[in-house]
Amino acid sequence: MLRKRSYFDSKRLPYLLILPQILVTVTFFYWPAVQGLAQSFMLSDPFGLHSRFVLFDNYVRLFKDPLYLRSIVITLTFSASTAALAITTGLLLATLANRVFQFKNIIRTFLIWPYAVAPAISGILWLFLLHPSFGVVAIAIKKYLGVDWNPVLRGSDAMVMVIMASSWKQISYNFVFFMAGMQAIPKSLIEAAAMDGAGPFRRFWTITLPLLSPTLFFVTVMNIIFSFFETFGIIHTVTQGGPGGATNILVYKVYQDGFIGLNLGSSSAQSILLMALIITITLLQFKYVEKKVQYTG
Amino acid sequence: MVEKTPILDALTYLLLMLGILVVCFPIIYTIIAATLPMEEVSKVPMPLIPGDQFWVNIQAAWNQGDLGTQLFNSFIMASGITIGKIVVSLLGAFSIVYFDYRFRTVAFVTVFCTLMLPVEVRILPTYEMAANLFGPLQHVWDWLHLNALLSWFTDHDIEVTLDWSLLDSYTGLILPLVASATCTFLFRQFFLTVPEELCEAAKMDGASPMVFFRKILLPLSKTNIAALVVIEFVYGWNQYLWPLLITTNPKMTTAVIGLKNLIPSPEDPPDWHIAMAGALLVMLPPILVVLFMQRWFVKGLVEREK
Repeated sequence: MLRKRSYFDSKRLPYLLILPQILVTVTFFYWPAVQGLAQSFMLSDPFGLHSRFVLFDNYVRLFKDPLYLRSIVITLTFSASTAALAITTGLLLATLANRVFQFKNIIRTFLIWPYAVAPAISGILWLFLLHPSFGVVAIAIKKYLGVDWNPVLRGSDAMVMVIMASSWKQISYNFVFFMAGMQAIPKSLIEAAAMDGAGPFRRFWTITLPLLSPTLFFVTVMNIIFSFFETFGIIHTVTQGGPGGATNILVYKVYQDGFIGLNLGSSSAQSILLMALIITITLLQFKYVEKKVQYTG
Repeated sequence: MVEKTPILDALTYLLLMLGILVVCFPIIYTIIAATLPMEEVSKVPMPLIPGDQFWVNIQAAWNQGDLGTQLFNSFIMASGITIGKIVVSLLGAFSIVYFDYRFRTVAFVTVFCTLMLPVEVRILPTYEMAANLFGPLQHVWDWLHLNALLSWFTDHDIEVTLDWSLLDSYTGLILPLVASATCTFLFRQFFLTVPEELCEAAKMDGASPMVFFRKILLPLSKTNIAALVVIEFVYGWNQYLWPLLITTNPKMTTAVIGLKNLIPSPEDPPDWHIAMAGALLVMLPPILVVLFMQRWFVKGLVEREK
């Protein structure tokens, strides 16, 4: 851990200063996590009056439950598509914006603001755009692609709808990071490559993209976390996990099983699995960041 | 750029314009829909020329959705989370960086283990916690059989239940989201870059730690604070799952949640113009914050990566 050389001396003050943070963290992170862990080993009735210790039963049952396994597949499809779409679009726009000299700030402003739109509102906007009878995009899809577009009835259409709403919201975030990443690349490298006869596309593949890889890695992680967790609002406003569970991603299933189905044990076990996933991702990221530090210095 | 590539440059501008159009299309479309009367909105396809019903629709959305109350709640929640997070993490980072005490590393690890754990993965237990903040104390109380002890001691049957519910309250909306390792981490990183000499000089001049914090550290952190204000305000305003769980009273819910009531269901008349007017109203505050504080926002967002 990095340290300062000079410190203030005080017996009580540092504890007093850190106290609020520790209190909130313990009350709303650690205690709930422990409770969740305990509950995931219990089988309780819906009113929480009786519970019985069942060890790993909840977990075993989850992995035998075709609905849960389906939800895993749905989540992976959803987050991979959302991340891929949002990252490629963000990268493309950042590359283009980095090439121009005029109107740079105006262009940035126009591309940044969707960041501020709540996922749930992004869901509402796309619900309207892709509405089977009024939506302008839906009409275009029907007319030019010849698809019988109906997200209310067809699962795959509903999936496309939530992917659109989620990735649209995430483009700005990715754009900001890629812009910052590209501006950090030394101009001299690009100029040297140009003098050696490398064209703009070649320079992008051989210089910009490799030097951008730490940013790309970070953005990918953040996009996956976003589509795993923060898209709850989109699912809740747009499809409620339907039709027929076709967009029932893992986070939504935790909510449905826990708060609507009142299956506390199973919902807790699902929460614990998601927590484990997040912790793994965080550790992986730290490991990678450490490596990056070693490379540069 | 480096060489002259007129065709590629023209193509770049063209593609950029197209990109901006695609990214902005949903909002442009929303604005147009919000200005039209119902007959026009439900036309197939909807006309792309704005109408004159904007204020009528805004008013309808305001009244139907009780947006006045809910926007106020959203504002309280977003500001509460922003201020709470920044104050808590400024103090926490100050303690971790500028003092040397026995539990420093423990405190550091305790806080940073929660770095990436969003509310979404721990909803059920956190909800139970908020439903009764004294839950853990109650466990201890029951475990020690203090009720029996108290009854024996006073010679009466006394049943003490510790109950403090945060449901349907501003505290409940704000407090669980104030715990943020990310802000603390950012301030810690920043404090570590502050020159050692400043602290030494302050000590030599006999300044107490809190004077140093107020007079030197706080003014230096101004840009970082500004950046976090933008990010956390947007984060707080756009919360969905937590307010959905913790509020049952429509008077206590936030605008983003309340907006769902304006979406016409298949049985209702297609009041999409009102839904879109409502959506515009609710997304406006965070957009304005981001646009007006763009410089700090971009800086803050990118700094979080480090």
